[in-house]
Amino acid sequence: MELHALTALQLGEKIRAGEVSPVEAAQAALDRVRQEQGRNNAFITVLGDAALSEALETEKQLRAGARLSPLAGVPMGLKDNICTKGIKTSCASKILGDFAPPYDATLVQRLRAAGGVLLGKLNMDEFAMGSTSETSFYGPVRNPWDLTRVPGGSSGGAAAAVAAGECWYAVGSDTGGSIRQPAAYCGVTGMKPTYGTVSRYGLVAYASSLDQMGPIARTAADCAAVLDLIMGRDRRDGTSLEVESGGLLAGLTGDVRGMKIGLPADCFGEGLEPEVRACVLAAADVLRARGAQVEEFALPIMRYVVPAYYMIAAAEASSNLSRFDGVKYGWRAEGYEDLTDLYSKTRTEGFGSEVKRRILLGAFVLSAGYYDAYYKKALQVKAVIKRAYDEAFEKYDLLLTPVAPSTAPRLGESLDDPLKMYLSDIYTVPLNLAGLPGLSMPCGFDGGGMPIGAQLIGPALGEAKVLGAAHAFQLDTDYHTKMPKGGDAQ
Amino acid sequence: MTWETVIGLETHVELATRTKIFCACTTEFGGAPNTHCCPVCTGMPGALPVMNEKVLEFAVKAGLALHCEITRYSKFDRKNYFYPDLPKAYQVSQLYLPIARNGAVPIKTGKTIRIHELHMEEDAGKLVHDPWIDQTRADYNRCGVPLIEIVTEPDFRSGEEVIAYLEKLRSTLQYLGVSDCKMQEGSLRCDVNLSVRPAGSQELGTRTEMKNLNSFKAIARAIAYEARRQIECMEEGKRIIQETRRWDENKDATFAMRSKENAQDYRYFPEPDIPPMEVTEDYLERLKAELPELAEEKMARYQREWSLPAYDTEMITGQKALADFFEETVALGAPPKQAANWIMGEVLRQLSAGGMEAKDMAFTPRTLARLIALVQTGRLNRNTAVKVFDAVFASDGDADAYVKEHGLEQVSDSGLVAAAVEKVFSANPKSIEDYRAGKEKAFGFLVGQVMRELRGQASPQVVNQIIRERLEQVK
Repeated sequence: MELHALTALQLGEKIRAGEVSPVEAAQAALDRVRQEQGRNNAFITVLGDAALSEALETEKQLRAGARLSPLAGVPMGLKDNICTKGIKTSCASKILGDFAPPYDATLVQRLRAAGGVLLGKLNMDEFAMGSTSETSFYGPVRNPWDLTRVPGGSSGGAAAAVAAGECWYAVGSDTGGSIRQPAAYCGVTGMKPTYGTVSRYGLVAYASSLDQMGPIARTAADCAAVLDLIMGRDRRDGTSLEVESGGLLAGLTGDVRGMKIGLPADCFGEGLEPEVRACVLAAADVLRARGAQVEEFALPIMRYVVPAYYMIAAAEASSNLSRFDGVKYGWRAEGYEDLTDLYSKTRTEGFGSEVKRRILLGAFVLSAGYYDAYYKKALQVKAVIKRAYDEAFEKYDLLLTPVAPSTAPRLGESLDDPLKMYLSDIYTVPLNLAGLPGLSMPCGFDGGGMPIGAQLIGPALGEAKVLGAAHAFQLDTDYHTKMPKGGDAQ
Repeated sequence: MTWETVIGLETHVELATRTKIFCACTTEFGGAPNTHCCPVCTGMPGALPVMNEKVLEFAVKAGLALHCEITRYSKFDRKNYFYPDLPKAYQVSQLYLPIARNGAVPIKTGKTIRIHELHMEEDAGKLVHDPWIDQTRADYNRCGVPLIEIVTEPDFRSGEEVIAYLEKLRSTLQYLGVSDCKMQEGSLRCDVNLSVRPAGSQELGTRTEMKNLNSFKAIARAIAYEARRQIECMEEGKRIIQETRRWDENKDATFAMRSKENAQDYRYFPEPDIPPMEVTEDYLERLKAELPELAEEKMARYQREWSLPAYDTEMITGQKALADFFEETVALGAPPKQAANWIMGEVLRQLSAGGMEAKDMAFTPRTLARLIALVQTGRLNRNTAVKVFDAVFASDGDADAYVKEHGLEQVSDSGLVAAAVEKVFSANPKSIEDYRAGKEKAFGFLVGQVMRELRGQASPQVVNQIIRERLEQVK
């Protein structure tokens, strides 16, 4: 079996057993990236020698008897909005230029301490705004299953790289579905944990109250292993929760007997493609067959989630992105006449149109006279949504829904109709508004061979339940083992 | 027509925490540009603020001392605007739920100034223009230094009231230890909102806001200038423009900076990176218990326990360091009234001559207590003691050593004094005659001569007594 077909945990085991060295693994990954990058454009920055020397360092530590972690020496990628010391972190935007942060994100420090080997930085929608990974200044990412289709977004590079076997796991960020939806489109497993469980220190903010980082990998078990490394209280993030890290991987039993799973009827109605609906309901049957109780219930909030999400996210974004002004770092326009001109030219030329659209929308909903009607109302809706989920979790251990209404669209189909693109976030955004954990797992393919994902949703801090059910599902199915044909097959 | 001036103040006070409001960088004043900063206070992408608990504590204490209601559930908000001294392009401040509201500050004119609110916020950096290379450079050392902004109601009617309030505010915050309130270092900054209206009118006129007021003197002068300017404007039938005006110290005038009529929209919204702060009953009780004795309480106690005159207590409690100095001197055994006299007379004289504040002096209560004891035990007379004081004040020298070295010890030996009196009497028969003839002044002359004979070191009581006895005899 070739290395790239292994799961992250399988490769980690071979490394610890001495069958594969971290340097060999990193070299294999770099070879694979060389082969696939021209096809899918998943990476913005590839670290050649730096990755190999980091692998060598891990190799030395392992030889010296350090235990590190189950993923020690397994090469990984990070979405390009996660700060890496001295390594370009662009958010796929022109405006950041060759900005190299002076520090590592907390999560990066944790992964490095666990023997993580960073291969490179992954492409994405500019500033994580988008559902297709087409808005990148560095060109669109393509779906490894069909290069004429998008990989989803905004963590499209992360999902594509894992799907194409370029790295064994990746960390993305999820503000409204940006981990789960590309994972679904690319046939891999991705998880957004509870808000506050993974430190946001070092994640370039899009919408601070909704942003959360999490893993994209082949399996739920791989995701559990990554979360074991990155979750936990960080005193550098004021919104970080007092949670213990570790134990998720060890807690995976595959036992879902007696578990109560709710299917919100409002997530299976109009707008959902029949093939997606069939596959997600089939996933429910798999869990039922393993002893879970599955039933439908009403969750009558779905029509409010997209407008509330876009108002809150855009409002925070308009403020968070104001610091990109050409004064201190990143790219600065030339030929400005005065300060206002410097700001205006830099931001006009430095941001792409989707980012500008959201900055304008956000500035509008926060402006005097509109604040109460829009932003404040959106916060009230957010509270209502959270309450609806709290009530659902009084009855159910988990909820099961689709991730997206359809499979991956073709490149260029979405950007002309942003409203349609926004509406396709309907199943993923409520979790960000409610701060809940959600996982996207492969549950089938459509007639065109494109992957379909199912979403498992847990109560706050219910990561173990979510991962447990996903692991159980993956014990009985093989969708997650399928890989697209790589560049070598042609 | 007579006019009334109406003034409200917005005072920014830098809190004396060791570290900044949202990171561990030092708040120390000065430093080479951009050496007191980190990714957090320079707003680098991805960096996050973490609340410094000490800032909340200091703000709550200030709120309590200014008799405010403390907000039990308080939040930060973002104030969004672009400027190169603000690297995040928003200032973390409090709009919707400030930490304290509805306070009251009694001032020495007898009036009480109402506090509208007190809120926490972060300071911005500093821009330095270099005309030589025609470049503006940014120094972010001050970014993230914690501030409280204290906003009054428009309760002032004169510059004197404003200064009295600021003196009281400064003294109170210094007593609390929450700020050093140094205007010259910018740790106390004041914006003055001023309008005029016909006397008796209840409506507020259009106001201007004055900035760049760097001393109490500047504030008083700017108020006088701006009130006059507005009154002249009104009398000429012109309209006052709502604007921000800059005080120019050298030109002794205010100049328009920017109009507020097209007010900037700061698009305030709740800061999502910092969780709301809950002030619990326990927390509040603990802070109340920790509040030090403030000026008013000290004044009352000094009058009650030591029978000091009200005037003395006000002088001494005007600066916390002075009150501390006084209490320590008394604790070392000095009689309170003696200590008060020395402090009001000599210590304040030296401080004002040196342009110093009490908290910066080297002179210690121990040395003052010793000088007072030397006078009390008759070893020094009061005038010589003042000379010793002046000599040792600057570097808190050893009073006893100085007295010994300069042979200043007081002569209380009645034999020595009597000999000097004999000498003076035989040399000044005219004065004795004058005294007999009822001229009291002659007595003083004789005392002076005897003191001179004894190089000023004689005990005045002993000299007086012996001269009187001798004059009785020669009568």
